[in-house]
Parts: sequence; structure tokens; C-alpha cells
Amino acid sequence: MYKYDNYDQQMVDARVEEFRDQAKRRLEGKLTEDQFKPLRLMNGLYLQLHAYMLRVAIPYGTLNSRQMSALGDIADKYDRGYGHFTTRQNIQYNWIKLEDAADILEDLSKVEMHAIQTSGNCIRNISSDHFAGATHDELVDPRPYAELLRQWSSFHPEFTYLPRKFKIAVIAAEKDRAAMRLHDIGIQIVKNDAGEIGARFYVGGGMGRTPMIAPMIRDFVPLDQLVTYAEACLRVYNRYGRRDNKYKARIKILVHELGKEEYTRQVEEEFAHLLKQGVEPPREELERIKPFFADPPFEDGPKTVDRSDPDFALWVDRNTVRHKHDSYVSAVISLKPVGGIPGDATGEQIRIMARLARQYSFDELRVMHTQNIVLPHVKIADLHALWTQLDAADLGAPNLDTIEDIIACPGLDYCALANARSIPLAQRISESFDQSGKTSELGELKLKISGCINACGHHHAGHIGILGVDKKGKENYQLSLGGSEAEDVSLAKITGPGFDEDGVIEAVETVTDVYLARREEGERFLDTYRRIGMTPFKEALYGK
Amino acid sequence: MGNDFGTSPDDVQFRFRDDEVADHGTVTVDACCDQTNATAVRIEPGDDARALLPFLDRLALVEVNFPTFGDGRGYSAARILREAGYQGELRAVGDVLIDQLSHMRRCGFDAFAPDKRLDEDDAAKAFATWDNVYQSAADGRKTIQELRHE
Repeated sequence: MYKYDNYDQQMVDARVEEFRDQAKRRLEGKLTEDQFKPLRLMNGLYLQLHAYMLRVAIPYGTLNSRQMSALGDIADKYDRGYGHFTTRQNIQYNWIKLEDAADILEDLSKVEMHAIQTSGNCIRNISSDHFAGATHDELVDPRPYAELLRQWSSFHPEFTYLPRKFKIAVIAAEKDRAAMRLHDIGIQIVKNDAGEIGARFYVGGGMGRTPMIAPMIRDFVPLDQLVTYAEACLRVYNRYGRRDNKYKARIKILVHELGKEEYTRQVEEEFAHLLKQGVEPPREELERIKPFFADPPFEDGPKTVDRSDPDFALWVDRNTVRHKHDSYVSAVISLKPVGGIPGDATGEQIRIMARLARQYSFDELRVMHTQNIVLPHVKIADLHALWTQLDAADLGAPNLDTIEDIIACPGLDYCALANARSIPLAQRISESFDQSGKTSELGELKLKISGCINACGHHHAGHIGILGVDKKGKENYQLSLGGSEAEDVSLAKITGPGFDEDGVIEAVETVTDVYLARREEGERFLDTYRRIGMTPFKEALYGK
Repeated sequence: MGNDFGTSPDDVQFRFRDDEVADHGTVTVDACCDQTNATAVRIEPGDDARALLPFLDRLALVEVNFPTFGDGRGYSAARILREAGYQGELRAVGDVLIDQLSHMRRCGFDAFAPDKRLDEDDAAKAFATWDNVYQSAADGRKTIQELRHE
């Protein structure tokens, strides 16, 4: 894992100091709320419906047990005893007092963490593949490149007042586990015909009210020009992205309005110019970063488990994923217990996960954008002991990638932007499928719920998506089908008129019944939908 | 042409240059491209800074206006001019606030004429925010990555 050197630590310390001073000047009346707002946002502090929310950055979703443990302590000390893991591979605390914020930032800085650029119109925390460095199917570990970009994007002098927020994801496998093409910039590390490693750039994806899949604008950027190319992409956006309407200010609108060819032409021109300016970090820097992500000392051991306990066997089948070393797996800790709040964990549970990472996973954890936690390197021989302890802490739900593994935004229970509640809906749906026992039969089925058009719950990318809207003062839910955030990326389509809360739960049941009736051998819900189209689902939902 | 369009030397609160403060009639980017004798120009957020590149030799002052501090186009304009070799005064004017000073300085601004005068102590602290920097920019500072590999 990456470790700060003195420079990195100084930068974070300087920022904590700067924010303390800004908060002080706000209290002294030297800053208006309008002037203070972007500053607090760039330090992760949001004003929600009932309280402040603090979003903590977890760069590329990777953290060690000491950091995880500190997150548990913050939940107990400053929040109501829990934290909420988000779709940005971050954690947020929903019940923060403004006067505690600087102290929390200081607690975080002691474990090399911060809340920098987790909000605001700047380059946000960079996300990546949650199985990076562990999976058997990657070209290289994408995180050194993400770290290089983390440094470049932190406190960038030119790109701190962009037209709108800016999200970057970096992957290095054909399989996309990071929703890469639904980012402002999606980078895939690839190998060219000459056998060299480089970066493929996709620009202008995103969800929100106008979902778009990012087109590829460059199939290969040499690694010693990676930062320069990103800088060119950002400069064109900073200069020409729309600022007249915040709903049209994301880069996806610029790329769409200019057209991919014209945007690309402008980027290439800027890139050619910037190459002469020498903005690229020295090549040695990437080589310095890489060893931090070297493999831990794997050992050969048993490659199978004793399946005599059916509950354990089910968990192994559902929640463990093939590892590059055949004596290991990546184990997913589901934060989706039946009837629970997706992504929530108590301070105690967070500390337990930290301890288990230390004991069983070379001190490393990952946050998934699906709001679960990964122990990336677990010996197959240790799985039973791990599962026993997870189960005892209510962390053993065997439901990875099933209909119970729901992504949901905080919704109207917390968020000032929301039109409808998301959490209670997720709770009721997982309970209903658990009771009917259909979860297993349905297999991989990604259900995603957003409480408003801003799409924080990724409903556009759900095999089944639910969008909460306000209809004449009442919560109403639109159902959509056929989205995917993976390498087969697609945007979901709305089925038709919306439903009330009970109605949409029934509607989810109805569309899954259509799938069960119509599926062919080996098809997931998404595959069946793609083969038979919307009509049979519509007919079942609304009649002929 | 009088000084009613641009800022006057009196409006400049911070300046990091030793030469005389330019006191010229300031014109728009369009006017600067049309008339051959203008030596001071003011860039608005929607202007293309590159339109000025043919005239950099004759310019002594470029003002970059920030009508609202949240509009960050002026940061790119500043860097573009410095990257093209512009050596004259680069003055940030308008809604220029304490917490933007350090980034503006990095992008090549060397004079500041805020609409409202800023607290001198707060500003001094703001200019000194970063002992080190992660990115190469217009201030020519060595980056952390360069220092690591010296």
C-alpha cells in the first residue's frame, strides 16, 4: 500500500491548517457563507437535511487496518456510532457538527487520511478496480497510475474552480469493476501491439440527469505522457465547459455538444502544446510508487474448503472471488444484511473488519463502489475462521451481486436534494426476496436505487434501476431495465409510468418473474432483457 | 482612452514585480486585436487568451477579470499566456479573494487588484500556503516529484 513520505504528509497538514484558518475567518465574518461554501466542500463538508455530512477520501478505495480502525473510532466519537460507505469508494458520516470538523480532519491526518476534494467543482478522489492487485485477470495493478494522478490532481492550481465536479477512474483489466465509462475521465491501462504499457482515455461519461457513456478519445497514451494528456483534457474542459447552467456543466455535455471528434481535436492540440511545457512528473516517480503496491508474500496452501457446513459453503460460493494466487481468494464482506441500510457499518463492525484484515488479508481492505468491503488476499485455508467471525458480527450476508446486494443513495432520509426515500425501499426489497427465497434462483441481478435525478444510486446502470421522483407532493418511483456499469456498459430504459412504494416493490417482483419464465440456459436477467427486449416486461407490468 | 475600463495602479493591492506599474488605457481583447498600439488589455472569462499571442511583445499589462470567484477560466488564461512567454504584468482583478491567491500566484499572476481590499495578514498567510507543490505550473517551482528524484 502507498505510504506518505514527508512531502505528502506536509501537503495534508498544510491543508488542515488552511481549513482551520478558513473556518475561523468564516466565524469572524470575514468570509460570507457563499465564499465559504466551496472551501468547505473541497474539504468534504456538506450541509444535508438534518446536519453536516463529512465525506472522507479513500484513494482508489484502498486502506489499511489502522486507517479502517480510525474510521470506526470517528463513527463513535463524532457521529452516532456508524459510518456509510459510498459509491465513490469513500465513507461518509451523516451526523457531524461543524465545530468538530477540523478536529476530525486532524484525527484523519494522523493515519494519512483526509477529506480533500471529496466534494466541490474540482477533481474528486480517484477510484479504481476494487480487486486491483489481487485479481487474476488484470494486465497490471492500476493503482500506481491512480496514485500518480492523485498527486497531480491534489490542489491543482488551474483546476480548482472547474465548471462542475470531475471524477476519474483507472482500471487495468478488460473486466470493468469501476464503472469506468461512466466517469468524466475513464482510463484503462492497456498494452499496445509493440508490447508497451499505456493508457486508453475515455472522456465524457457520467450518470446524473443526463446519463452518457464516455467515448474513447485516445486508444494509447504513453505512460510518460499520462499526466500531460489528463491536463490537456481538463484544460479544454475548464476553458469551454458550460458555466451558464449547472445542469449542463459536466464535461459529458461539452463532449456531446462539440462532438467527440472536435473535443478530441482540441485536446490533441492542447496536448501537443503541453508536451513542450514539461508538466509531466519525472518517469522515476512512477517507479518509486510501484513497489508500494508489490505483492505481499503469498504462500502455497490448500486450494479447496470443507463444504460440510451449507451456510459457509453458500457464503464461499457467493462472496469469494478468484485470486491471482490459487491458494487465495478475495473475500467480500457484504454491508447489505437483509433489511439493513446498504453501505452502513457500526463503529464496532468497522473495527472488526480492520482486525480481520490485519489477521487474514495482509493488513489491507478495499471499499467497493457497490458499498461493500473487500479483504483482497485471504488464504483459502483461513476462510472458515474468517466467515465464522464475520457471521458473528452480522457481516456474513451471502449475497454479493444478487438482488439483495442493492446500491442505494442516502435519499430523503438524509439528503437535501432527494425527492424520495431510497433506504426503506432497499430494506423492503431485500426482505421480500429473502422471504420468497428467490434470491438464489435469480443469480446475478444488480438493483440500484436513487432518490432523485442526480443518480447517486447509479439507477441508470442497474440491471433493474429505480428512480424516486416527486409527483404532486407524493413519492413516486420510476422503474428502468437493462443498465450495466461493467465492460458491457449500457444505460437502463424506463418501463413506463411510475409506481408508489408498494407498487414498485411488486413491479420488481413482476419483472423478475418475467425473467424466470423466459430465460434461457446460462442467461442473467440482463442477458434475457437484452434478448427479448422491453415489451414482455411492459406487458407484464401494465397489461397489453 | 482613459482608465475607466481597466483598474488603475491605485487598485493594485499586491504586486510581485520590480518594474513601474503600467498605467495605460486598457482595451478589450477584440480591440487589442484590431488596434496596433494598445499596450494593456483586459481578458473576460469568455475570451480566448490565445487571441493575444501575436501581440505579446507590445503588451505591458494583461488584466484577467474574475466577475465571480467561482469562475475558474482565468486560471487557464493566465497559464496560457505565461506558457507563451508573456513577461509583462498579469493582474487578477474583480472578485479576487484570500483563498484563491495561492493558486492564482501559481498560475502566473503577479499582481492583484481585488474589488474589495483584502486583509494584509490573511493574504500574506495565503500566499505562503504551500511549502511545496505537486504540479508543474507557471511559477517555475520545482515539484515534489522532481525534488524526490534530484
